[in-house]
Amino acid sequence: MSALTFTLKTQPNQRVDMSPLVCHSLEKLEAAEIAALKLHCGKRKLRVDELFTVSGYDAKHIIIKNSFAKLDYIGKELDGGMIHVEGDVGAYCGMGMKKGAIKVFGSAGIYAGCEMKKGQLEIDGNVGDFLGGALAGNKMGMKGGIILVRGNAGDRVGDHLRRGTILIEGNAGDYCGSRMIAGTIAVMGNTGKFLGHGMRRGTILLWNEPKLSASFNDCGSHTLAFLPMLFTSFNELNSPFASNENAFNRVHRYAGDMSEIGRGEILVKI
Amino acid sequence: MIINGVTIDATFAEAFPMKGTRAIITAQNEKWAMIAAQAMTGFATSVIACGCEAGIERVLTPDETPDGRPGVAIMIFAMGGKGLAKQLETRAGQCVLTSPTSALFAGIDGGIRIPLGKNLRYFGDGFQTSKVISGKRYWRIPVMDGEFLAEATTGQVDAIGGGNFLVLAQSQPQALAACEAAIEEMRKIPNVIMPFPGGVVRSGSKVGSKYKTLGASTNDAFCPTLKGSTKKTDLSPDIESVMEIVIDGLTKDDIDKAMRVGIQAVCDLGAENGIMRISAGNYGGKLGPFHFHLQEIMA
Repeated sequence: MSALTFTLKTQPNQRVDMSPLVCHSLEKLEAAEIAALKLHCGKRKLRVDELFTVSGYDAKHIIIKNSFAKLDYIGKELDGGMIHVEGDVGAYCGMGMKKGAIKVFGSAGIYAGCEMKKGQLEIDGNVGDFLGGALAGNKMGMKGGIILVRGNAGDRVGDHLRRGTILIEGNAGDYCGSRMIAGTIAVMGNTGKFLGHGMRRGTILLWNEPKLSASFNDCGSHTLAFLPMLFTSFNELNSPFASNENAFNRVHRYAGDMSEIGRGEILVKI
Repeated sequence: MIINGVTIDATFAEAFPMKGTRAIITAQNEKWAMIAAQAMTGFATSVIACGCEAGIERVLTPDETPDGRPGVAIMIFAMGGKGLAKQLETRAGQCVLTSPTSALFAGIDGGIRIPLGKNLRYFGDGFQTSKVISGKRYWRIPVMDGEFLAEATTGQVDAIGGGNFLVLAQSQPQALAACEAAIEEMRKIPNVIMPFPGGVVRSGSKVGSKYKTLGASTNDAFCPTLKGSTKKTDLSPDIESVMEIVIDGLTKDDIDKAMRVGIQAVCDLGAENGIMRISAGNYGGKLGPFHFHLQEIMA
């Protein structure tokens, strides 16, 4: 079956709210109904077919072509199915996602995967701040699922992360893992300042030695049994995280943030 | 029915419904996985006084275990779900948590979930942490040799306990040799354990006793020294020793298979090695609803 494909005709000046174009909402609609759906674009509402050329009919697999950085809320609260995006995406990609998969063959803006509950979000390029974080004012970020970023991530990765896994092949910005409640963040590249600031529980797994705040305490070097299992769980990913060469079980453990309850940990590959 | 000179009695073993579970113990090497497994399945020969019946199912290679280390699969059976959960937890806490380098994982994915590491985590005194990996929750409990990793729950399923057969031989060494041969073959069958010491029980019991406080007593019909003293003897003059193999398994099919290979191994030794008969613990329907007819199994 051919995927339901939205090809952007022209790049509008205003940001576009793409949240209506998710698999579970489009499954029951006819082609004409999909074309007639209204998308918020700035203060206007535009028909889908004003912005996109629509082709294909399999709503379980949506492809967005010619995407650019002003298409916000792609895959918002996605509840099954798959969305492929060719190009960059705007803010809030995969926000509150419940099930399914989103693949972005480009970069993403701020709040990608924020408050997502399950499913898989893959971003080939870079991402903005608050990857997998909580929306401003909210106290709980991502609650499950997996986010894979092949490029670099901005600041506040996994802010208020509750559960789930964030994998970053590149670098992460400042305040990575800030206010983490639990969950796992793994960064193959470098991390910025104030790593794990205010984290309560959870694991930040690093390949490179970080700059640590004074509120993280050295617990020494250890061989941890759960790490091989964690790496095995990445085997299905198309990523260096799935490679046996990058797996390890020997780490230096730092506990913190001691200014919080201090049950979190930063594990650095030895 | 006669196989290689061994008479297969036209009788059946009676078995009863139980609840069963499996756990996987891993360690730095097979030696320490086995030590933990032996400790966990110790004093678990019969529900009559042990609270459960447990045994080692088989040794697992590193590629069969969740953490890629050598391991051992153990199975525990009890009369009810509550009893099973209690036995599992206390045994895991006292025998596996304490055993150097060990880790403990679920051996059954389906079924009713019962705690494995879920409550053991409190040993961590607040320093324990959990990790959800591929949808399964694991507890990391800090201990003096590093970290004890335990899966939160394992599966409890309906099972069958008390499948059995008796080996009747001309001498004690011949009975034991036949049982050893049977056990070696039966241990290759998955989903079953033979919970008695070395898989063999020499003190098979009957239901009831002349003493009111006892629910079970010696199976005098099969005691060779009582051939002249009990009216119920089931032994001919040439039988000097009887030993029993008891089997607990997840399904009737599993026990059928184990009994078949076990009896076959005994019959392979045959009459020339002093094996006279194969019989079974048949208590007239007092014990349980599952009947394993020996001749049907060997047909």
